[in-house]
Amino acid sequence: MQMPVPNPAILARKARLVSRLSQVLPGDAIIEDDSETRAYECDALTAYKCPPMLAVLPSTTNEVSDVLRICHEEGVPVVPRGAGTSLAGGALPTADCVILGVARMNEVLEVDYDNRVIRVQSGRTNLSVSGAVEEDGFFYAPDPSSQLACAIAGNIAMNSGGAHCLKYGVTTNNLLGVTMVMMDGTVVEIGGAHLDAGGLDLLGVICGSEGQLGVVTEATLRILRKPEGARPVLMGFDSNEVAGACVSDIIKSGILPVAIEFMDRPCIRACEAFAKAGYPDCEALLIVEVEGSEDEITWQLNKIIEIARRHDPVELREAQDADEAGRIWLGRKSAFGAMGQINDYMCLDGTIPVSSLPFVLRRIGELSKEFGLDVANVFHAGDGNMHPLILFDANKPGDLETCEAFGAEILKLCVEAGGCLTGEHGVGVEKRDLMLHQYDPADLEAQLHVKDVFDPNWLLNPAKVFPLSVTETRRVAPVAAE
Amino acid sequence: MSMVATEADLAEQIKTAQGPLRVQGGGTRGLSGVGEPLSVSGLSGVELYEPGALTLVVKAGTPVVQIREVLAAENQRLAFEPADLRGLLGTQGAPTIGAVFATNSSGPRRIQCGAARDHLLGVRFVDGQGQVIKNGGRVMKNVTGYDLVKLMAGAHGTLGVLTEVSLKVLPQTEAEASVLVSGVDLASAVQTMSAALGSPFDVTGAAYDPEAQVARVRVEGFADSVSYRAVQLQKLLAGFGEVAVEEETSADWADVRDVTAFAGRAGDVWRVSMKPTDAVAAAEQMQADALQFDWGGGLIWALVPEGTDLRARLSVPGGATLIRGSGETRERLGMFPPEPAPLAAISAGLRQKFDPRGILNPGLMG
Repeated sequence: MQMPVPNPAILARKARLVSRLSQVLPGDAIIEDDSETRAYECDALTAYKCPPMLAVLPSTTNEVSDVLRICHEEGVPVVPRGAGTSLAGGALPTADCVILGVARMNEVLEVDYDNRVIRVQSGRTNLSVSGAVEEDGFFYAPDPSSQLACAIAGNIAMNSGGAHCLKYGVTTNNLLGVTMVMMDGTVVEIGGAHLDAGGLDLLGVICGSEGQLGVVTEATLRILRKPEGARPVLMGFDSNEVAGACVSDIIKSGILPVAIEFMDRPCIRACEAFAKAGYPDCEALLIVEVEGSEDEITWQLNKIIEIARRHDPVELREAQDADEAGRIWLGRKSAFGAMGQINDYMCLDGTIPVSSLPFVLRRIGELSKEFGLDVANVFHAGDGNMHPLILFDANKPGDLETCEAFGAEILKLCVEAGGCLTGEHGVGVEKRDLMLHQYDPADLEAQLHVKDVFDPNWLLNPAKVFPLSVTETRRVAPVAAE
Repeated sequence: MSMVATEADLAEQIKTAQGPLRVQGGGTRGLSGVGEPLSVSGLSGVELYEPGALTLVVKAGTPVVQIREVLAAENQRLAFEPADLRGLLGTQGAPTIGAVFATNSSGPRRIQCGAARDHLLGVRFVDGQGQVIKNGGRVMKNVTGYDLVKLMAGAHGTLGVLTEVSLKVLPQTEAEASVLVSGVDLASAVQTMSAALGSPFDVTGAAYDPEAQVARVRVEGFADSVSYRAVQLQKLLAGFGEVAVEEETSADWADVRDVTAFAGRAGDVWRVSMKPTDAVAAAEQMQADALQFDWGGGLIWALVPEGTDLRARLSVPGGATLIRGSGETRERLGMFPPEPAPLAAISAGLRQKFDPRGILNPGLMG
């Protein structure tokens, strides 16, 4: 993986930049010492590391505006950072950049149950948004698995999803407004507590733009009343094809489960060995969860079980109480931990049309043999979002490279099957160089136009999302005169 | 009028255009504008339909009525309830799916399942220089690159002309019921609807008719579940007014969606978006001849005398769009709410990039 060569003219001006920033930020908000900037050298994609030139931790929208204005004037690239939990390297620094972390901005600004919205500062963690309203029976729906740690800022940047998005949608479907600072320091308000006011949907393109269009400092989010209850059913099948057909039949029946999770045999075995959840030893396992009142749950589960029976399940287990529900989820929720127990692993994030599931799983099995690395699949089956976990040994020379090559082949396979490179993690640096497999040059050019408008000098998170060769001429930003 | 039969034809037409083009589908939405009319209704037909994946790919000029038929055969539907404004606007023709997305047309179910833009998964379009561009795809979860799909939804053809859309469809529900709360004024209607929308009973519509003084709240799903939730809502809302449950109310909700109350009545029609609790203040400020409320009070349709500058009367945050008005009024007031300077500059910058010659529906959005 390549990153741009640091610009020596920028590095040479570190002292001047620090001096200017210290006029607008308190001293403890500027991190310039090499030993301390190292804390920002990577995000959750730990294979790639590079300490930034500086990190800053502003506490207000005004401070963010001052920082960006100064960096804009000085021609210094800025990499925004939420909680640093990106699996795609979205917050990976370059050596000549300023990391702008929003972690200190974590307040709830307004809770409004009558209009069913909450306004928060963007450094607030995903789970603590729900935490602020749960006593009153409400929640914020998008639930990425890193929700304990990840920040709303990063959720907006990556348009994060989660296990429950089959029913509730992803971040973009639950985001109503933002306060955003443009690279030149201009503060803009987009959207608000109202819906669809007319004009171009700028909010729609900002969400998922991976911190390349502006720095979001505040967000207005839709909150929902919690359902009365929820309960899962577990079903095992002796082939991936049959499990896939069952998913399709459930969806066609008119039931909208809140989650449909799929695990293949390698994943089932690893989870069982690790968590001892009592999973059957079979080819494919589905966990389907529905919501509502007790009666509504029973009606829906009965329909689902009736559909499953038509597909000759080898196991069918309905949770009778919270304890059994917990056991059904236990194995699935420990999938990543179970893999980590066996080996190092790389977690992929492609999406495919649900109908292609059997073909894609079969082909992944063949590729696994070709590359000589094991792979296990967990899958948000309702929406086609796959998370193949490739096992490798980081201490074995060449294994990481083989793993990366294998991963790239799987993602290309997702595109060939009619899907996409990333369903919820984002492109970052990880999938940057695969973008031309999904998009033609004209398609990418149209996306680059958007960045040209929001950030004409290409200073915000410039080395991400697009292949470096495609953005090279744009990233040669003019450095301010001495 | 120019008709095109293929995407390549369309690209060539735009590339070689000598002046402004007025882009339209079925021409039912009464969008005024200058230039040579260019219809995409010749680009029609279903490309791919996978009921088990809830996805449909169609050419942009496909009539909505045809899509409804295709979906109904599999017991599915367009969940976001796109409006048919022919009655309101006095227009003829067949609404097309491209125009539904180009105008981000969403009905009462917006509050529960999202807007048209939330159901649009992928697009192909021709930009102002005649280049064919694609974005998104046909899968539900996709964060590969920028979401130009959202940008195209609601852009009214000013950034590019849609040629193909892929969308999320949902199952038709088995049953529906409406809980009617009668004898409520606007302030208590908003409270009634907020209580219903803040309940766990999965309300899929919340509208208020001030002339009848009736607030109506809809639930949909399997028959048993609908009965259960209707009873629960009846209990919850009993304190607000006289409560009754009606079944088979889909015609009433179609009237809410299509604003049929204002069809054939003289005057301009505005669509105003705000947060529901601002509806009372907004309604007073508007001094309108007639009002209809949807989205729990968050959407107001206002009928006012011709030429009225409704925006000048309003001080609540949100936006007022002129849906029906004379050419002169549209010219003077603009169809869309004006944006603050920095956002107007971004919007203008985007139009300049996607349509550097300024030939696609020029002036329609600014």
